[in-house]
Amino acid sequence: MATVETRGLTKQFGDGPPAVDGIDLASKDGEFLVLLGPSGCGKTTLLRMIGGLETPTAGDVLIGGRVVTGLPPRARKIAMVFQSYALYPHLTVYNNIAFPLKAQGVAKDEQRRKVEWASSLLGIEMLLHRKPRQLSGGQRQRVALARALVRDPTVFLLDEPLSNLDAQRRASARDELQRFQRNIGTTTIYVTHDQVEAMGMGDRIAVIEHGRVRQVGTPREIYDEPADTFVATFLGSPPMNLVPQNGLLLGFRPEHLVPAADSGNGAGDAAGFPFTVHREEYLGSERLLYGEIGETKAVARFPVTSPVVAEPGRTHDFAVARQHLKIFDAQSGLRTRGTA
Amino acid sequence: MATLSTTAEEAEERLAGAKRVGRRAVLYSVATFFTLFAALPFAWMVFTVFKQNTDLYNGKNNPFWYNDPPTLANVRLLFEKTNYQTFITNTLVVAFFVVIITLIGAVPAAYSLTRLAGRWGESLGIAIFLVYLIPPTLLFIPMSRVVAELGLRNTRWSMVVVYPTFTIPFCTWLLMGFFKSIPWDIEEQAMIDGYSRLGAIWRAVLPVSVPGILTVIVFSVALTMHEFVYALAFVSSSSQKTISIGVTTELIRGDVFFWQSLMAAAVIVAIPVALLYNFFLDRFIAGFTLGAVKG
Amino acid sequence: MSTAAQAPRTPTVVRGGEPEIAEGGRYLLDRQRLLGPLLLLPAVVYILALVGIPFVVAILYSFSDVTVGDQSIDWVGLKNFRDVIRNHTFQIALRNTFVFAIVSQVIVIILANILAQVLAADFHGKRVVRYLILLPWTTPIALSAIGWLWLLDNIYSPVDAVLRELHLLGPGTLWGPTRNMHWLAKPDLAQLSVLTVHVWRTLPLTTVILLAGLTSIPQDINDAAEIDGASYWRKLFYIRLPLLVPIAAVAVLYGIVFTFTDMTVVYILTGGGPVDRTQVLASWAFYKGIGGSNLSQGAAIALFLFPVLVGVAALMLRLARRTETS
Repeated sequence: MATVETRGLTKQFGDGPPAVDGIDLASKDGEFLVLLGPSGCGKTTLLRMIGGLETPTAGDVLIGGRVVTGLPPRARKIAMVFQSYALYPHLTVYNNIAFPLKAQGVAKDEQRRKVEWASSLLGIEMLLHRKPRQLSGGQRQRVALARALVRDPTVFLLDEPLSNLDAQRRASARDELQRFQRNIGTTTIYVTHDQVEAMGMGDRIAVIEHGRVRQVGTPREIYDEPADTFVATFLGSPPMNLVPQNGLLLGFRPEHLVPAADSGNGAGDAAGFPFTVHREEYLGSERLLYGEIGETKAVARFPVTSPVVAEPGRTHDFAVARQHLKIFDAQSGLRTRGTA
Repeated sequence: MATLSTTAEEAEERLAGAKRVGRRAVLYSVATFFTLFAALPFAWMVFTVFKQNTDLYNGKNNPFWYNDPPTLANVRLLFEKTNYQTFITNTLVVAFFVVIITLIGAVPAAYSLTRLAGRWGESLGIAIFLVYLIPPTLLFIPMSRVVAELGLRNTRWSMVVVYPTFTIPFCTWLLMGFFKSIPWDIEEQAMIDGYSRLGAIWRAVLPVSVPGILTVIVFSVALTMHEFVYALAFVSSSSQKTISIGVTTELIRGDVFFWQSLMAAAVIVAIPVALLYNFFLDRFIAGFTLGAVKG
Repeated sequence: MSTAAQAPRTPTVVRGGEPEIAEGGRYLLDRQRLLGPLLLLPAVVYILALVGIPFVVAILYSFSDVTVGDQSIDWVGLKNFRDVIRNHTFQIALRNTFVFAIVSQVIVIILANILAQVLAADFHGKRVVRYLILLPWTTPIALSAIGWLWLLDNIYSPVDAVLRELHLLGPGTLWGPTRNMHWLAKPDLAQLSVLTVHVWRTLPLTTVILLAGLTSIPQDINDAAEIDGASYWRKLFYIRLPLLVPIAAVAVLYGIVFTFTDMTVVYILTGGGPVDRTQVLASWAFYKGIGGSNLSQGAAIALFLFPVLVGVAALMLRLARRTETS
């Protein structure tokens, strides 16, 4: 068990802008920490620097409180699962899992015991004699996890491990992976661009953009109290509405935009918005109303069971309860304490 | 009306069918023509091998027929009365050591250029490949001097030392294409799993590269067998000659040609080399086209 | 995300008082900037030593009076080049070198285009046809040239026998009255023979390179043309051939390198004769330098190949760069 910490970690490729721009980040022991961001935001580079696959331009990586910046991957006692799972195509599943043990010079009997332990934990005992090309995507993922597991790593690094699975497998793999992590209790750093994965699995999420950490917090904090407009619009589907008003941006989630009549007990608790509805989308479990508030596009979301009727083409009186209004500075995009 | 349109359709269909047949006919005749152009010299060589002297040199005989019964005597002569076996042994010895030196040079170099050299790798790789195109005819005179200085004059070791100057560049380039197709993940995983970079290369990259290494071996052997100019310039004693110069210099003595044995000597080596070469040709072409075509 | 590029960074300073100090040496080989050059070293040293040094020696030789008898290098300036250029054979050899290379490659590129179109189609026995068509390239040239030597024999040439059957050769015929063409004994026919062998030998290489280019044309381009109602010839001239131009250029460059610098065909077929009429620079350099022991003149003659090689290499690099950026 160990924590992972980065101090002013920076990576610059060639002359371009830095891929990772001075990131300070610290995990808690045993935590499932998700690095979330759009593709190209630097999250994979960050993970690779933690793993020792990339040399930082500046800054340090600490694992278990020890500076490991100059050490090669093998000296860091970490395990990593790649997006492709990187199974050795020429080795059987058994030998794939035993591979890290061979590197450590573990005795044959002990190797066998550990491989059997890891493979039974992940339910792949019957696959041990197959070659990777004979496995399904989900099976490959489990082999990769078993291989990561056998060497008792202090930290797990996972790089978008679910992106090669189809949508249906992904939901169950998410569940499996999270239960697995809870079981073994090893600090895990998980990179993804999928907010559903991040929200569903992470103890905490670090939202990254342009090589910087925008916000770190629990899924609930990130969703309910976004630190800036990037976080506000990157999470949530559809994203948070942002309506300009007096040099500020008023942010509110689509589910909080409701007809003025339903918006609470008194008028003082809610801000009213004239909402011009253009189009209604029916999604089975919910309905989305697309329209405009003033000149700004906005979306409202209702459960299908909600009786709200809003005729397209008309302007309706909608409102948002005060406690759901987040206020951002229009210039910097940062959250402000001011009121509308 | 209806019948009319049907016949029109039928006629059109028949025309299309005839066009198709015509195209097939052109295809097959062009293929046949080129095949004959390429292969007839070899057919004539093979045909000659089994001719008796009395048949071959009788101007009144039909040259395209065995007027006397075919014979194996010429092949026997080649193996029993000439140094052909020595030439074969020499060729194999040279090829073996050339392969070893080539692998030692090319495998690490190709790995370094694809994985460790960054964006310089590709340019440096092309530069090295261009060395392959430096012809023996440009350098054979100074090369003989170098060989002499090394004390290898007139030995088969002269070829062992010099041939890697073109096999290493060629094979480095071939292997670069190969290493590029191997995902980085595999070796990075091996490094995560506890191996050093060299350990990762040995345990994860090389086992996956077996087809590439096999290709390199085949082409080192093939290029060794193809080479003629250096061998001709370096080696003059019969006991050290390889096939390509042994056959051309020893079996042709002045104006005396042992034609049937000569043909046998050429064909016996040429056909297997061609087969081997042919089998790996796609990799060869992928390397040759500088990556413009994915093999 | 590119992982190839390496940011400049001084080797990590190992922090004092921590256990990494002792481990610093152990991880030396994990440093890419150290391991990269180290792995490249054997190949580069080998090539530099055994290509670089001879190249320098070649230049030294060509400006000196080295012979087999007198190995000391004495400076004679441009004398060798002057002597070589003044020699009548030089003009023949120079002309032949260019003519053989250029004419053979013009013929080859035309034939190879036809042949590649054929081999791109599916037909029975394609594998065998491919093997046979490739034979001239895959066979060691020294050995196949012996086959040609026999095929073009002064007395027993089967080509002559066929011509006699067709009544084109022999007393009272078009090419008579002799019973033989003497392919390798008459200057024009000897040149034609050398040219034919060059075409025969390089055609397969050019063909397979073009074929690789053809098969790399995405199928949807062909399909799109098909749907647009393009005929076979339209597709050929407006789609396939234009797309083949860069790869055909590469193929021609290789063909030129291999024919321009070749001496094996001439050496075995004609020995440069009759009376030096099929001599090329490469073979003449060999006869002068090795046969005639005049090392310095031989080296000077061979160096005339160099500018063309540099030109070819430059073109090749441009083509490579273009395919990279596209």
